[in-house]
Amino acid sequence: MDCKEIFERLGDYIDHELDPDMCDEIEKHIEDCEPCVAFINTLRKTVELFRGVGDTILDDPIPDGVSDNLKRFLADNISKTDEEGTDGK
Amino acid sequence: MSDTQASDSKIEDDKLVERVRNSDMSAFDRLVKKYEARIYNHCLKILRDKEDAEDALQETFLQVFRALGSFRGDSAFSTWLFKIATNCSLMKIRKRKNVNLVSIDRPIEIDGSPLQREIVDWSKNPSLIYGNTEIKKILDEIIARLPEDKRVVLILKDMEGFSNVEIAKTLGMKLAAVKSRLHRARLMAREGLNERFKNTVENSEGRAEDGL
Repeated sequence: MDCKEIFERLGDYIDHELDPDMCDEIEKHIEDCEPCVAFINTLRKTVELFRGVGDTILDDPIPDGVSDNLKRFLADNISKTDEEGTDGK
Repeated sequence: MSDTQASDSKIEDDKLVERVRNSDMSAFDRLVKKYEARIYNHCLKILRDKEDAEDALQETFLQVFRALGSFRGDSAFSTWLFKIATNCSLMKIRKRKNVNLVSIDRPIEIDGSPLQREIVDWSKNPSLIYGNTEIKKILDEIIARLPEDKRVVLILKDMEGFSNVEIAKTLGMKLAAVKSRLHRARLMAREGLNERFKNTVENSEGRAEDGL
């Protein structure tokens, strides 16, 4: 397997969704291929950073006006009929 | 969020959903309060426009309220909610396209192809050099520069933790197409981060030349 073929399979590789034989081939290749190692490390780090933001960094608080507008919007648009209809009957 | 927290949160949601179905509006208000910031931020990440994000937020909760009767609980309430928010955001994008509004952000080009001669391994650097707030700002800039179709899958998969199957269902795409789009999105994001971080590797340390 050459660098180009590896490049196309990297998504599945870093998500651990590649079959074991294919993984072995990639791992064998990268033993002697520093550019591939650097590329895989930085791609993996990219995914890690985005996951880290999702997991550990809190979202910005919702601006007060937006929250108030949402409350008003829902009060105006949810009618009594809607309220009675949410049980799916 | 830990597994226990996620599980407690799901149990709480299930109870609130049940109460809303029994016409308890205070339970719906609690669901709104619990998720409004996350949904607003999710829409904002996709849409990159505060007014559009606010519209999508309002439309999301209205649709959620109206569809709660048909929500069967096959997936977690939060997953279902994010699907609706994603689709409301995509509707806004489609409407934008109808009026020929184009993004002024410079798109990220993929030039980190396998044929690039020099690859810098900066993977150990960002967390050492930057704090959480700075990293968040950098990632936000990267997301803004992704084309919308790539941006949505990256947000759903890597920030919101959707599975590829859930993304395929949400976006009405085939699984293979989701995987391919996600791969392109990550490559583009890596390229954006590469521009930012490659110079943080001092001298020739971490540089791997030739080969690719």
